[in-house]
Amino acid sequence: MFSVAQAVAWVRATAAVVEEHAAELTKLDSAIGDGDHGTNMNRGFKAAVQRLDGLEGDQDFGSVFKAVGMALIGKVGGASGPLYGSLFLGMGKELGDAAEVGDERLAAALRAGYDSVVARGKAQLEDKTMLDAWHPALEALDAALAEGKELGPALDEAAAAAETGMKATIPMIARKGRASYLGERSRDHQDPGATSTHLILQTLADVVNGR
Amino acid sequence: MKKLINSVDDFVKESLEGMKAAHGDLIDVNYDPFVVYRADAPVQGKVGVVSGGGSGHEPMHGGFVGMGMLDAACPGEVFTSPTPDQMEWATTKVDGGAGVLHIVKNYSGDIMNFEMAADLGRESGVEVESVVVDDDVAVKDSLYTQGRRGVGGTVLMEKIVGAKAEEGADLVAVADLARDVNANVRSMGLALTSCTVPAAGSPTFELGDDEVEIGIGIHGEPGRERIKMESADQLTDRLARPVIEDLKLNSGEQVLLFVNSMGGTPLAELYVVYRRVVQLLDEGGVQVARHLVGPFITSLEMQGASVTILRLDDEKTRLWDAPVLTPALRWGV
Repeated sequence: MFSVAQAVAWVRATAAVVEEHAAELTKLDSAIGDGDHGTNMNRGFKAAVQRLDGLEGDQDFGSVFKAVGMALIGKVGGASGPLYGSLFLGMGKELGDAAEVGDERLAAALRAGYDSVVARGKAQLEDKTMLDAWHPALEALDAALAEGKELGPALDEAAAAAETGMKATIPMIARKGRASYLGERSRDHQDPGATSTHLILQTLADVVNGR
Repeated sequence: MKKLINSVDDFVKESLEGMKAAHGDLIDVNYDPFVVYRADAPVQGKVGVVSGGGSGHEPMHGGFVGMGMLDAACPGEVFTSPTPDQMEWATTKVDGGAGVLHIVKNYSGDIMNFEMAADLGRESGVEVESVVVDDDVAVKDSLYTQGRRGVGGTVLMEKIVGAKAEEGADLVAVADLARDVNANVRSMGLALTSCTVPAAGSPTFELGDDEVEIGIGIHGEPGRERIKMESADQLTDRLARPVIEDLKLNSGEQVLLFVNSMGGTPLAELYVVYRRVVQLLDEGGVQVARHLVGPFITSLEMQGASVTILRLDDEKTRLWDAPVLTPALRWGV
């Protein structure tokens, strides 16, 4: 089971993790982008936490994820704002007024969020983007749940798959976003978006596992 | 990092405050969300022209807000696309009943944010058209990249299209002209030094004292190749020849030549570059009928320059000459 309280804890913990890793994300972005990913994500998740602080009364997934998505769209800027914003809006739309859902529903919501990111960014797998971390993670999550694993261990497998996917972006040549202008020179660098995606999924696993 | 900045977080806001203090007769500034708009907006019956992009390219775009050019500009954080709420606010503010044109530079972030804004604008009943600028020949326009970037051609498009809107042309005509300008303008730039985004605190890329980065964009992103330093004429040829080739200019044609500073290169050096491009165009029998020289689309304090060439026809020449009254460009009034 996954609750709204866990969703809120996930966003708050992500804000702290992003702040901690902001310099690292910015450094990765400097190599093949424009050197602002850490700064932008940090500003956006801080705004998301502020939005959550402002919500009153009992919340459902729809209202929480919409608040987070709108905060990211309004405050991150760049490509990451619309992309991560679309992720949370897509999840909120999928779960609507529920306040607690089963493991498969959470997996379906993450999948719906992923589909929103694909629709907004129009990237394909192996374009060296965040999709290269998201896709294997969602596949691993579905597979683990189908094997009858609990949500905690299943999310651990998803986070591990995201990490593998993130590292797999290193030899790729970027075909989307600012890194694509570099062509061959984008090789041998880890994609910053795939890196922040791994952080977000690792944080979800940590929150659900009570770490 | 040594910059005239009080705090990184307040940089964009304080810069806008200064702009408003200096040019309050022409522009007004909204601070939440950030929008620079014509002091007399909305102009009834006129198509509103809105652009936007990251800060750090000044005077673009805010410096081009005013009579005969932009109705509003949305400044993002430094080198970061503005957000849909800014563009929606600007679109609603400047709509004088004739619709609004969004001029969008071809960067993934700008495209996505403007798409979301156009959706929001249409939901609130404003007719919105979008035109994408992608004039940078340094980037191969292919299915496998983001496509060419929007760079120097943006400035010329904003002037010419702004003049067309000022004349009272309708939204379809204004958007068609914008696409026509985009089809006839090409650019390429180089960097002699990197630049430092205030929030990052260190240069975006490392460039040795004897190295030049060819084919840069405007966000401190590295270019397509790195070479050893050469003479001004040799470097100018590396920029101008691909531009001239891509435009397929014919003898007898007229062009507007725009030589731009990335921020740190002085006017004296720009004229050295300008002189060489004129020589190259002369060799091909192409006449420079109009010009623009100076820092108009910059990358903070980066040393470097870009060359932009626009193929002119009678209408574009007339619209370039039309009166303009903005903080950064003003003539004919």
